[in-house]
Amino acid sequence: MSVTAARTRRRARIPRCTHPQGCARTRRSAPEPALRGRRLPGWALLAIAVAALGLAAAVVYPAGIGNWVLVTVIAAILYLTGVFAAAWSVEGPRSARNRTWSALIHSAFVLAVLPLASVTWTLVAKGSRRLDHDFFFTSMRNIGARDANGGAYHAIVGTLEQTGIATLITVPLGICAAIYVVEYGRGPLAGTIRFFVGVMTGIPSIVAGLFVLSFWVLVISPKLNGGRPGYSGFAAALALTVLMLPTVVRSTEEMLRLVPASLREGAYALGVPKWKTVLRIVLPTALPGIVTGVMLALARAAGETAPVLLVAGGGASINVNPFQDNQNSLALLTFQQAGDASRYAPARAWSAALTLVALVLILTIAAKLVAGRSPLAR
Amino acid sequence: MGKPIPIRPAGASVPGEPPHPPRLAPASALGGGGPRRRTLSADAVFRGVTLAAGAMVLVVIVAIAIFLGYQAVPALGRNSANFFTYQDWFPDSAPPAFGIAATGFGTVYTAVIALALAVPVSLGIALYLSHYAPRQVATALGFLIDLLAAVPSVVFGLWGRDCLYTPVRELSAWLNHYVGWFPPFHGDGPYGRSFLLGGVLLAIMILPIITSLSREVFRQSPKANEEAALALGATKWEMIRTAVLPYARPGIIAAVMLGLGRALGETIALAMTLGNTNILGFDLVTNGGTTIAANIANKFGEAGDTGRGALIASGLFLFGITLVVNVIARAVIFRRRELTETAV
Amino acid sequence: MAKRIEAVGVTAYYGSFKAIDSITMTIEPKSVTALIGPSGCGKSTFLRSINRMHEVLPGARVEGRLTVDDQNIYDPDVDVTAVRRVIGMVFQRPNPFPTMSIFDNVVAGLRLNGVRSKPALAEAAERALRSANLWDEVKDRLNKPGASLSGGQQQRLCIARAIAVEPQVLLMDEPCSALDPISTLAIEDLMLGLKDRFTIVIVTHNLQQAARVSDKTGFFSIDAAGEPGRLVEYDDTEKIFGNPSVPKTRDYIAGRFG
Repeated sequence: MSVTAARTRRRARIPRCTHPQGCARTRRSAPEPALRGRRLPGWALLAIAVAALGLAAAVVYPAGIGNWVLVTVIAAILYLTGVFAAAWSVEGPRSARNRTWSALIHSAFVLAVLPLASVTWTLVAKGSRRLDHDFFFTSMRNIGARDANGGAYHAIVGTLEQTGIATLITVPLGICAAIYVVEYGRGPLAGTIRFFVGVMTGIPSIVAGLFVLSFWVLVISPKLNGGRPGYSGFAAALALTVLMLPTVVRSTEEMLRLVPASLREGAYALGVPKWKTVLRIVLPTALPGIVTGVMLALARAAGETAPVLLVAGGGASINVNPFQDNQNSLALLTFQQAGDASRYAPARAWSAALTLVALVLILTIAAKLVAGRSPLAR
Repeated sequence: MGKPIPIRPAGASVPGEPPHPPRLAPASALGGGGPRRRTLSADAVFRGVTLAAGAMVLVVIVAIAIFLGYQAVPALGRNSANFFTYQDWFPDSAPPAFGIAATGFGTVYTAVIALALAVPVSLGIALYLSHYAPRQVATALGFLIDLLAAVPSVVFGLWGRDCLYTPVRELSAWLNHYVGWFPPFHGDGPYGRSFLLGGVLLAIMILPIITSLSREVFRQSPKANEEAALALGATKWEMIRTAVLPYARPGIIAAVMLGLGRALGETIALAMTLGNTNILGFDLVTNGGTTIAANIANKFGEAGDTGRGALIASGLFLFGITLVVNVIARAVIFRRRELTETAV
Repeated sequence: MAKRIEAVGVTAYYGSFKAIDSITMTIEPKSVTALIGPSGCGKSTFLRSINRMHEVLPGARVEGRLTVDDQNIYDPDVDVTAVRRVIGMVFQRPNPFPTMSIFDNVVAGLRLNGVRSKPALAEAAERALRSANLWDEVKDRLNKPGASLSGGQQQRLCIARAIAVEPQVLLMDEPCSALDPISTLAIEDLMLGLKDRFTIVIVTHNLQQAARVSDKTGFFSIDAAGEPGRLVEYDDTEKIFGNPSVPKTRDYIAGRFG
């Protein structure tokens, strides 16, 4: 329908106002809108996009001030401005704002997909080059700058042992802390614990590493070790514990809260003491959710580099004893190889990174699958 | 993960019921007797164990401060320079001289760049996921963002060094050539391993966290209010401004603060991409710059006794900053607990 | 300024599920029309189709013609926001904006429409609150949050918010179902006062309420679970409650099902 027709229609409609004194004001403050409005057709958006791209290219290339990236950026700005102007003149200011914000929100999404795609692509392309027998079954011992082989066996062992020990320490500790907060905690102490569990999730991993360095490696372990500071896989596990603990407490706490109160009351009514109720009824109900939280914490811990760098030393040879001598990890190996001058090092770094990401993703996806099976899941 | 709002803790709502003995006892035995005392003590032991575990959290936080301080004090005593205003890092020379002016500045500067880049984009994606995208796309993309959050920072560091470096170097040269009058782009090279590279990389790294937290908050905005806004004739954007954003504001603030905490503490990715020199200036494009955390990772290997103590001292300072940021973020969340707790 | 609404063959879907089938009815201006029927019979869906709120839900769509003074609101060139400006809505549960004051809640719609001047907003707010019989209760605390009011007051606040933009039709989706009897009575009085100015359509489960407030009544029902809702009978309220012509209506009014 044409503009003039719409305007005539609007003018022709005379509001019948029953408010004796409010009529004039009513019309001014809230004009009766026409239901039909002119709408920006789909081809107009396309035309604006093409024009923006053409204009950007016409400005950038002859002037020689940049490449396709600049063209894209300028075209995007021109497109947003063009859509805003066109929508303003055809559909009015409100629709102009709506369309522009919508375009901005959609472009934020495109902007976020770019690095995601690039990381994934590079990881697979560069990381798959060294996924061979040597990589999985040999260490970096006696590998010099001119050796193309060398592997991550020692690092895989380190990652598995360190995260395993960290999990063994964290899980009982974290679950007990969550039980206290949910089942027993009343008053300021439980609130304080809850609050600082949240704060503790924000402790930087390097600080956790420094803490274990200054507490275990430099103070406690020399007493057990004949005076030598004990860099070890166990020290790394302690640092990872500091990082995992708050995540585990938090997710367990959430899961325990989801267990219906009626379940507990049912047990109390049967005369079951509280500790048994918690251990036999509440915990098993919440178990899948707790497992999910532990696996997510584990995935994050497996990828930590800084604490391992500070307290595990990171040797080149296989060391299966986490309590004695330096150990490496996949994350640390990636960092080391990335900083190595050998021309073969980058390929090893990327393959270690791919292995690490695969491990982390398997844990994350498995965690989501377990979460889906929880009886408490929606 | 979309979880329902937590139910009130049942432990708190159940009145202190008498712990009955496990086997049925005659009514007269309810007042006392062996079984009752034994179960009572079992309950008390269990409670004590869980209390000790809960207290561990507080103990660890206090212990971090104590032990870092204990290791830092000797090195600080040997320092011949002012720890807060000195720019360079020579802890193992004679006399030792080190300070966090440059590293501390770099920490804040990279974090600010990262937030400036990441926050608008994150909020845009979060709104896209919660209010614009079709349901399947939102689920799939939300999952991808969660996976992106799980990618270890060493992988981002590697990617930043091998893939982001060249575009940023070219961008830096371009910025210097055409916008060089703007002080941060004034530096005349060499370009690449600069605050710009670190800041952009850090932005990409904190994007998933801010996105998933704020998406959760946006998603929890009451549908009834969104419908009320639409029924008043609001456009989609007006509906979001009227019914979603005001409601989500505390959650957004908390998400940004948590992103800031993450950015301040990021170590390995920045150690791999920054130029690793102690510069104190707003130059974005020239090689150089470091942060407290990156400095620790880079200097730890060759540090002597004083060097190690000095690094621990800077770590203590970093711990203090992130603690403050996180306490503020948590305080905001705690005030609107029911809104955001499940998301964090 | 009240409007006549004509529905011709209005059919609404949730995804592939057909919720209402080919509803045809004419709603007279300046009257109260009640839609009654058992749960799940599509009366709310039909109500939400009248101001195009149905399509807000993912996968939901509407077919057929729905004209407001001879303009089909489902024509492709119709501006949805204009439709909703003209056809206001009050929901089942009071839903004032939680972050806004009472005053800001009332003028929210006007602000969206670009009214900025303080005196105009203040005047419109007072007029709307007076119309909603709420002015005397809140005039001293207009800057308090809307959520600080009682449930019945909140619902009247929502009515004030809806009528502040001077719509021509007011849709009410079980507006009293979350309220106590006294608040319900207040809202019913309000409806009778508002029908001089607005076309009111109300969905209600409360048959007495329909009988008390409405001029015409439409009875919706479904033949079986999973079947779409249909308009069984539509007539003057006195006729529907006194001498309905369809046996099913009689059974429902008599309380034999639903």
